[in-house]
Amino acid sequence: MNQTILRTEQLKAFYVLDVLGSRKVVKAVNGVDLEIMKNEVYGIAGESGCGKTTLLNALYGAIEPPLRLIGGKVYYRVNDEEIEVSSLNAEEKRRLRWEYVSYVPQGSMSVLNPVIKLKESYRDFLDSHVSGKTKDEAFEIAKRHISALGLPHKILDAYPHQLSGGMRQRVTIALAALLKPRIIIGDEPTTALDVVVQRGVVQLLKDIQDKLKNTIILVTHDMGIQANVADRIGIMYAGKMVEEATTEEIFSNPLHPYTKYLINSLPRFGDKTTRESVPGSPPSLINLPSGCPFHPRCPYVLDMCTKQMPRHASPDTNHKVACWLVGEGEDGKAS
Amino acid sequence: MEKLLEIDDLTKVFSLGSILSRIRITAADNVSFYIKPAEIFALAGESGCGKTTVARMILGFEEPTSGAIVHKGKKGGKSKNKKVWFTEGVQAIFQDPFGTFNPLRIVDRYFFETIQNFRLARNNGEAIKLIKEKLNAVGLSYKAFCGKYPSEFSGGQLQRVSIARALLTNPTLLIADEPVSMVDASLRTSIVNLFKKLKEESGVSVLYITHDLATAYYVSDRIAIMFRGHIVEMGPIEKVLIDPKHPYTQLLRESIPEADPKRRWSKAITLSDIEHEEYLREGCKFAGRCPDVMEKCKGEVPNDVYVDDVLVKCHKYTGNRASFPYAETQRRAS
Repeated sequence: MNQTILRTEQLKAFYVLDVLGSRKVVKAVNGVDLEIMKNEVYGIAGESGCGKTTLLNALYGAIEPPLRLIGGKVYYRVNDEEIEVSSLNAEEKRRLRWEYVSYVPQGSMSVLNPVIKLKESYRDFLDSHVSGKTKDEAFEIAKRHISALGLPHKILDAYPHQLSGGMRQRVTIALAALLKPRIIIGDEPTTALDVVVQRGVVQLLKDIQDKLKNTIILVTHDMGIQANVADRIGIMYAGKMVEEATTEEIFSNPLHPYTKYLINSLPRFGDKTTRESVPGSPPSLINLPSGCPFHPRCPYVLDMCTKQMPRHASPDTNHKVACWLVGEGEDGKAS
Repeated sequence: MEKLLEIDDLTKVFSLGSILSRIRITAADNVSFYIKPAEIFALAGESGCGKTTVARMILGFEEPTSGAIVHKGKKGGKSKNKKVWFTEGVQAIFQDPFGTFNPLRIVDRYFFETIQNFRLARNNGEAIKLIKEKLNAVGLSYKAFCGKYPSEFSGGQLQRVSIARALLTNPTLLIADEPVSMVDASLRTSIVNLFKKLKEESGVSVLYITHDLATAYYVSDRIAIMFRGHIVEMGPIEKVLIDPKHPYTQLLRESIPEADPKRRWSKAITLSDIEHEEYLREGCKFAGRCPDVMEKCKGEVPNDVYVDDVLVKCHKYTGNRASFPYAETQRRAS
């Protein structure tokens, strides 16, 4: 039952820039191993500029210069067969997109075409994937789909600017779910929305997942949202996954110092004690520190941390962490 | 009790649409509150509730339709002298630090410009000393700041720069309009900690405008919850957020995602479809979404009443009809 639907092996995707003759390499995704199961919500958290969006682009197979796939592979499981994404040609990729895997990009409030009505956007979209539908049929499908997700169908007659940001965001998510994809990738779908609308968007995502029994990969830096939706969470730092566990485990027993900071810096109700945020700022991905990239900000830094990147240790079967403090050698099965 | 800033029955009406189908939206409807010295006052509510309109009127970007803004007992005005006097005491921090600064201009220029405009230093050396002092207060070093373009800072750093700039005039009040909503959740704490520090060490008051109730709870002393132009609940932060009375505050409070996987949202909520409709609603504006809606709510605007020291605008409560603490301003003004 618990089958992998998406898998990566030592995925490396770098931006290679040519600035005035000198080559700069931005190591945005630097050796990521992921195994995402069927019918789960997998959350990816981390600060801005840690490579979350680049990782999603790589998972989606949208690698365009200056981004380059340096190493590693992404596999999808389609109809019980593993497919390696970079081996597909453009046409095959196009067919997989939206029907098998769909993507809700960041700032998706502004991805809708502003000069056509939403029903035209829906029709455009259906035209390119489902052939042989008349205008009315397409409109009918869109209407049924929108109503099923609890959105008012009169919005199909509106232009994007007539809707509030939260509504536009929900329309975009609904659009991404139109062809019942097995995987939906959401890049910060709740950021810049206020709390009540945020809750509405999360509600919609959960509804979709309930109905389609599919997989959602959700990227957001808001640990509160992660706690609310995700089944498992991966914490990303400087292009690497530093910790991965079930949501309960991450919140009750965070092991990596960075994860601890992320969780403890959140203000809570009924507790006004001073909170500390992560000291310093994220490292530049062009010029990564040696060893563990977190060591310049880590309060528990050891000698070893400055020299060598720890490998993943598993203190528990469902918990992976890359930190020297957890002791890879003794009880860890290094991956 | 001394009051630093008093907002008195502030109203702003916007007209939308063409001449034929004009609708009038009251973005701020008789908004009244006050801020004490060395106090962080939060103004919270969802987007489109009028909180930014209030901030823009306080800062003089928007002319109020009616009502008064009284700073240190004096009214702000249109004359240049009054504006200079007002902006010296009241400074602003905006939502998007990358929108605050011109991307093609070195950030120090803004600092020297402010110093020049307010004649804060007599020579270059003094100016640099002042800048160093303010940067120090926000935890940045002059060396790391000098000669850089906005794009060379991270979002959190640039927001600190913008706070340091606001501090140059030694203001008594900072108007911070969503200062952390563009900043990473993990860095938000460092910005709000800074407000706490400024309040405790320099006695600066902050009007903290936000939709993030978790940070509002963490830093503020008092809070006002706004909904579609009205203040629906106002009082000490502990009372308003720990035991919310107005159904809208209760909804807001429940919708904050808590970093605890055991306490997930279970109830489904209804969202407003179109903002205008709520603004144009007669009676209580929240009636369309309220779980406890009564017949009365649809026709009659509720009065402001005090329940347990908290001002509430809801038909569910009967209490002492609010005698406004700013009544004395009105006397003085007339």
